[in-house]
Amino acid sequence: MKSITAENIKRNYGKVEALIDISFDVNKGEIFGIIGPDGAGKTTLFRILTTLLLPDSGSATVDGFDVIKDYKSIRKNVGYMPGRFSLYQDLTVEENLKIFASVFETTLEENYHIIKDIYQHIEPFNKRRAAALSGGMKQKLALCCALIHKPSVLFLDEPTTGIDPVSRKELWVMLKNLKQLGITILVSTPYMDEASLCDRIALIQKGKFLNIDSPKNIVEQFQKKMWGIKSKNMSKLLNDLRANPEVNTCYAFGETHHVTLLNEKFTIDNVKKYIENKGHNDVSITEIAPTIEDCFIELAKEK
Amino acid sequence: MKVISANNLTKTFGDFIAVDNISFDVSKGEIFGFLGANGAGKTTAIKMLCGLSKPTSGKGFVAGFDVEKESEQVKKNIGYMSQKFALYEDLKVWENIRLYAGIYGVPEKEISSKTDLLLESIGFQKEKNTLVKSLPLGWKQKLAFSVSIIHEPKIVFLDEPTGGVDPLARRKFWELIYQAADKGITVFVTTHYMDEAEYCNRVTIMVDGKIEALDTPQNLKTEFNQNSMDGVFHQLARKSIRKAD
Repeated sequence: MKSITAENIKRNYGKVEALIDISFDVNKGEIFGIIGPDGAGKTTLFRILTTLLLPDSGSATVDGFDVIKDYKSIRKNVGYMPGRFSLYQDLTVEENLKIFASVFETTLEENYHIIKDIYQHIEPFNKRRAAALSGGMKQKLALCCALIHKPSVLFLDEPTTGIDPVSRKELWVMLKNLKQLGITILVSTPYMDEASLCDRIALIQKGKFLNIDSPKNIVEQFQKKMWGIKSKNMSKLLNDLRANPEVNTCYAFGETHHVTLLNEKFTIDNVKKYIENKGHNDVSITEIAPTIEDCFIELAKEK
Repeated sequence: MKVISANNLTKTFGDFIAVDNISFDVSKGEIFGFLGANGAGKTTAIKMLCGLSKPTSGKGFVAGFDVEKESEQVKKNIGYMSQKFALYEDLKVWENIRLYAGIYGVPEKEISSKTDLLLESIGFQKEKNTLVKSLPLGWKQKLAFSVSIIHEPKIVFLDEPTGGVDPLARRKFWELIYQAADKGITVFVTTHYMDEAEYCNRVTIMVDGKIEALDTPQNLKTEFNQNSMDGVFHQLARKSIRKAD
């Protein structure tokens, strides 16, 4: 059975088209990532699937329930962690958990095994008000609150935004553990490097999906050979490469510039000679595998 | 020439040592990356360098002025931009420029020409009368950065300037940073994107209030035997015993 289905979802805010024709489905027990920048429509999609917002047209189901007709059943069965911290700031860690548990007619004890691994990080601060927690701890508490009623589907809207790389990794380990419990996870993120941690992903830009597939397949679909090029002066190298008529794309990617050539007839040796003639030292060129971010840039350009 | 100099800079809040005896220099035109986990003390350190928070002990000099005794001079010589605090959404593009130019002390008679120059440099001539809230995020960030250097400061502090923008806009933003550095403006930048750490001339990594590493990205990778800055960061940040998160 599919955990989530969406068909031709559209949603406008006034004249702004937030979602244009979104269709996809998520299998049971899958970690499905919605990857894209701010303003792409991620939160609008999450709000529609969690029954907090009505689509203008199209249909969707979560756990077999219709998002419009059966909204009450969906609300009982899903966990939702919105992007912005949504706990009760003036209540303690423990009080927040108890409130969420009682709203869903359960207790902390009943589902303790589900939140145990995450809760252990914050249990020492049980008596602290939520407002006084650090960013990473708030995130863990919010995740516990979203899980307390043992949801079948978990919606996480940008759980790692503004969180440092170490805490981000910790969170992804927690998500893998939740998957083991059979919980389906729909997670959004603007960090392209997190895509590889999902079973499947949808790349989203300006209200449209650019592609839906496994991270591995998306990378394999990249058409051109990708070269990683570096030299002593990276800023000048970027401009020099872009000025070369054989170069198709050239983007800074940290340690190297990622370069594709316009035509397979052109050889990378020509480019190397060209760079050296421009006076660059310590030039290094290697063929590399494209990243999800390369694929995103390429797909976003085509649309 | 040293544009920033921190000598044993320390800040405590009660028993808590937020910034613990940090020392470093930043040269003119350098792109200086300031990394650390949430709660490592980055924001407190930046606040001291911007003259917004007095050090408990130690000395800091920014643009030649003492951050403690000459904090007003410091503020006049720096620019500041963060993702959270940047532009006024309900003002038009030109109104934001006008406002910040005034705040940064650009002489009245230069404001109009500087505004035109700024709009031209980022290709915003047509957006002059657009409300900032209707601009895409990537455009807002470009505008916010250009506004933060409208008074040609010696240093600009960028606090997570690229959070959430699309991959292409993020790269265009770094091209603006390079341009500013080429003009001799020193760039002091924090980020959670480890690929951006590679774009810096030198990088510091703070752990529990202390500077644990400071060098070029290449030397750090060699020193810690890692092939990416991500690897270096994780190796150092794991040492943290401060259980902030």
